[in-house]
Amino acid sequence: MITKTKPNNLLVTPGVETYTLTYREAVREAMREAMLRDERVFLMGEDVGNYGGCFAVSMGMLEEFGPMRVRDTPLSESGFTGAGIGAALNGMRPIVEVMTCNFSLLAMDQIVNNAATILHMSGGLFNVPLVIRTATGGGKQLAAQHSHSWEGWYAHVPGLKVIAPATVEDARCMLWTALEDPNPVMIFENSLLYNLKGEIPVDPQPIDIDKARIRRYGDDISIITFGRSLFKVLDAAEILAEEGIECEVIDLRSLRPLDDETYIDSVVKTNRALVVDEGWKSVGISAEISARIMEQAFYDLDMPVERVCGVEVPIPYAKHMEEASLPQVEDIAAAVRRMVDHG
Amino acid sequence: MGNFVMPSLGADMEVGTLASWLVKVGDEVKRGAVIAEVETAKGLIEIEVFEDGVITDILVETDVEVPVGTVLAEIRPIGEPVAVEEVKPVPVSAEEAHPMDHRPLIKRTNGTAAVKRTNGRKSRKRIKASPVAQRLARELGIDLANVVGTGPNGVINKEDVEQAAQVKQPPVIEAPPPPQKPAVEKREFLVQKTDKADKVAVKAAEKAKAEKAALSMRQAIAAAMARSNRDIPHYYLETDIDMSAIQAWLAAENLKRSLRERLLPVVPLIKATALALAKVPVLNGFWLEDELQAQEAINIGFAIALRTGGLVTPALFNVDCKSVDEIMADLSDLIRRTRAGRLRSSELTDATVTLTSLGDMGVRKVYGVIYPPQVALVGFGKVMDRPWAVNGLLGVRPIMTATIAGDHRATDGRVGAQFLDELDKLLQAPEAL
Amino acid sequence: MKIATISRDELTLKIFDLLAMIAPEADFDDLDPNVDMRDELDIDSFDFLNFLIDLNDEVGVEIPEADYGKLVSLNDLLDYLLARM
Repeated sequence: MITKTKPNNLLVTPGVETYTLTYREAVREAMREAMLRDERVFLMGEDVGNYGGCFAVSMGMLEEFGPMRVRDTPLSESGFTGAGIGAALNGMRPIVEVMTCNFSLLAMDQIVNNAATILHMSGGLFNVPLVIRTATGGGKQLAAQHSHSWEGWYAHVPGLKVIAPATVEDARCMLWTALEDPNPVMIFENSLLYNLKGEIPVDPQPIDIDKARIRRYGDDISIITFGRSLFKVLDAAEILAEEGIECEVIDLRSLRPLDDETYIDSVVKTNRALVVDEGWKSVGISAEISARIMEQAFYDLDMPVERVCGVEVPIPYAKHMEEASLPQVEDIAAAVRRMVDHG
Repeated sequence: MGNFVMPSLGADMEVGTLASWLVKVGDEVKRGAVIAEVETAKGLIEIEVFEDGVITDILVETDVEVPVGTVLAEIRPIGEPVAVEEVKPVPVSAEEAHPMDHRPLIKRTNGTAAVKRTNGRKSRKRIKASPVAQRLARELGIDLANVVGTGPNGVINKEDVEQAAQVKQPPVIEAPPPPQKPAVEKREFLVQKTDKADKVAVKAAEKAKAEKAALSMRQAIAAAMARSNRDIPHYYLETDIDMSAIQAWLAAENLKRSLRERLLPVVPLIKATALALAKVPVLNGFWLEDELQAQEAINIGFAIALRTGGLVTPALFNVDCKSVDEIMADLSDLIRRTRAGRLRSSELTDATVTLTSLGDMGVRKVYGVIYPPQVALVGFGKVMDRPWAVNGLLGVRPIMTATIAGDHRATDGRVGAQFLDELDKLLQAPEAL
Repeated sequence: MKIATISRDELTLKIFDLLAMIAPEADFDDLDPNVDMRDELDIDSFDFLNFLIDLNDEVGVEIPEADYGKLVSLNDLLDYLLARM
């Protein structure tokens, strides 16, 4: 039943010399490297300078790079995102940090109506090489207005690339590739991941931003997920492995474009698919994945695609209610058992 | 909400006329029940329903000719709530449907006709199986009707099919529907009490009707056979079979039997054909969607000629699992109903191979034209006394030439040869039949 | 069914009635009583067996399979039956 052809490893390039750091440090290192390598790169956003970033991601960068390249902005998402778009149009490589994606909705017009469209509306004359970094997800008792996952909304929009690095290595290595992209890229960082520790190569290399990765190999079921849910899924897979159920875990990494090939191939192998997303089910990423599996792998399915997603309520403040509203390890394991036990 | 549609009763049927409804709105129906009769080129066919439910609407009046796939009635499955708003197909009345204009008569629901044509055989019983299970079953030639589902709500999943393929157990024998009509109702002879003028008029009218029916059947056969010869690369094989053993056995059997229980000579041939097909299963099935879909059940379409001209090949079901007496009873019932024009829809759609015996006519060999989408046709000629060498001596033996026409897309001559060889062996050991 | 006495003509009509059920289109007035009846009326083995069953019901004679060969023409059949009724 179990055919582990490859070791289960979170590293893209296993076997190289590594060291350990946190996700927060990895993002900072990525930004530092970018600013050292390319003087057109600068960071701006609320509290990124003096305060060192709301999540302390840019701590120390003001001191290192000075106020011209690490710029505090007013509380005006639409304004500074628009400024970032203008800078990008004029040849800079801005990294705009939007504190959480909940506030990015104030900049939605800039992102959707300007950043995503200008290349097309100018007949290809003007591109917008902008990177927007923003925190997403719940779980910190910050209540509805600070806890939602809006990556699905942006993933809907042609003209944007939307990525969701889950591992420390991805956080470290995807930024440079995003900056090299001639068009706008949004990076969604789940705020609960900032303290996550992980290994990265001593000599990190830029890596692709449009491919999904199999984070664990198994034959019984394909679990498709991304962001922080990846680790809940991996925990569930560990528990299930002791029960004899081998899960194949796919980390999407990129939400737009979606790397159909990787997860479809997996479903063709396992014949079962579960999508796990902290966001809501309705009209969300999980719905899109499910539809694509149906379109491309219908005759390889042994049962309907299932989803474990956030409960369809604004995320509650109370701890127990917030926990209940988000997919938890046991929810995922239970869904897998239900699906596989019937096979 | 299920739709009861004008079924395609074979590759050659494009339209059918609704002759009568045996149910009305509000009636509860059970899967397999005959709920309507349809006049086709093959006579009056009793149409079975494929789901349990309640008739909620009847959309086509009697005596209206409609294309295959047209929704005839709506059936609400038992337990499904009554839908409040539903776009209903517009009922078709006789006036609207004639003459045969080519505007769509009624709005078809998505692809009903197409689904019916290609998947009719499989979806007829509404077996719930996962997509991969269905695909696998098709690839492995497993009949899902014989697989027990272990998935949620008894859905057949991949593993169930894989297990079924491993076990390769004989198919669960489905009891054939008992003949509901006792036989041909004895036709009343007009001769006796009508006077001469009436007799002539009635005879003329009957003759005209028969001629029209014969013409439409001829056209249907023309379409199916032309398609067969166009699409199917036939190969033909023949072998001579010594029939002494089978004839002696049949004579002994019939001596034991009353007149009513006697077996026709073709009965052991039918049985032997089924058993040989069980040994060479790739000749038993369909060529569909560019692949061979071998079938588990061996349903032999038996060519029955009609006195009015033309022929029909209705199915004898699960022949390999039946005794010769059961086959004889089925055959008598089938011939009577064919000639009376009282066939059931499944008998016209479910044959997996065709058998034609022209031995009665004194013909020596039959080279058949395959009835699509089947992949083989078995033919038997007349048993004739011929010189025959046995153990180095020349003798006179009753010899029959058996032939097979095979679809070369699906199988090769070697397979056909294996079949004829099996058939010969079976006919040399009649007691095993 | 027991039939005490029956003339050759009556039996002929009875046989025609039974054959008419199998071959309704046939015109028996023109049937030559000395030709191969099955050939002439296009009666196959199934029809013939049913004819024999019906005949047995009518006249009470059960014809064994071995005797099928003796019953070629209408006259053969009449002779055979009258000898046994």
